[in-house]
Amino acid sequence: MSEANLPMETHAGFTEAPPFAIPSKKLVMWLFIISDAVTFAALLFAYGYIKNASTNWPTPFKFSPSIVNVMLMTFILVSSSLTMLIATRAAKAADKVGAIRWTFVTVAGGILFALLHLREWLGLISQGVKLFENPWGSPMFGATFFAITGLHLTHVLGGVVALTAVALGYKRGRYNAGDIEVWSLYWHFVDLVWMFVVPMVYLLNVAR
Amino acid sequence: MSVPANAKDNLKTDIVVYLVILALFGVQVALAYQNTQGAQLLVRMLAVAWIQAALGVMYFMHLRDEQRNLRLALIPATIFVMLMMNMIWSDSFRLLRMRPILK
Repeated sequence: MSEANLPMETHAGFTEAPPFAIPSKKLVMWLFIISDAVTFAALLFAYGYIKNASTNWPTPFKFSPSIVNVMLMTFILVSSSLTMLIATRAAKAADKVGAIRWTFVTVAGGILFALLHLREWLGLISQGVKLFENPWGSPMFGATFFAITGLHLTHVLGGVVALTAVALGYKRGRYNAGDIEVWSLYWHFVDLVWMFVVPMVYLLNVAR
Repeated sequence: MSVPANAKDNLKTDIVVYLVILALFGVQVALAYQNTQGAQLLVRMLAVAWIQAALGVMYFMHLRDEQRNLRLALIPATIFVMLMMNMIWSDSFRLLRMRPILK
């Protein structure tokens, strides 16, 4: 093999077709999403394990304010998925202004969700719920509740930061419509995880 | 970034899916206040959540528009790992029957 051939072979390696006919960024996001889904699943299984092994698991969530608050949070999060879909569609149609506007509407939804979540947390903390202590029953309730909802809240806040960065980068021309689409996948995932968190953590523990 | 050739970009479909997901959430809240308890309630709640997740993944995340190979690479592996996690339940019941360590 002559030296002249080496660069060409190396170059040929870089031009290999992307797997599954999708861009690498999108594939990486999908791989991240499935690994993160398994992380959440593991936490929810651990939660179920502890709850199942406990004889006095608390059921503290009254319809008002807790369940009403959760209904509002769910409405906001699912609606923010819809606004993100509109942003992605606008980006694909090269409607830069529309894509940025709808991405920021999504960000606003995420911030509102986080504020409502913090209000829920503060309400529980004011009732005496701590990580390993609460007035009602199993002391593990607080640890599992704050771990699961805290991880989800971290994802929401991470999404807010990422979407803001991508929208600003898209405005400046640093990112393209594909980047908006890739981060929309993340945002929809955060929304879908909430569909499992709500029944497991809140709706199975309503006060009757 | 290329848009899949068979992509069915339709805002109307997205809005319908959005409304169905919200309606299913309403079903979950209604289930929580019925007389059903325990494992039966858990199974019903999770069944609804899986439908919501499937709708979200296929329509919001447009996995249905991607190559079938991508779906086959992602979905069965994820479900397999989650099914394997179910091995913990027997130990969880053991704790309950043999004086639980947890209060």
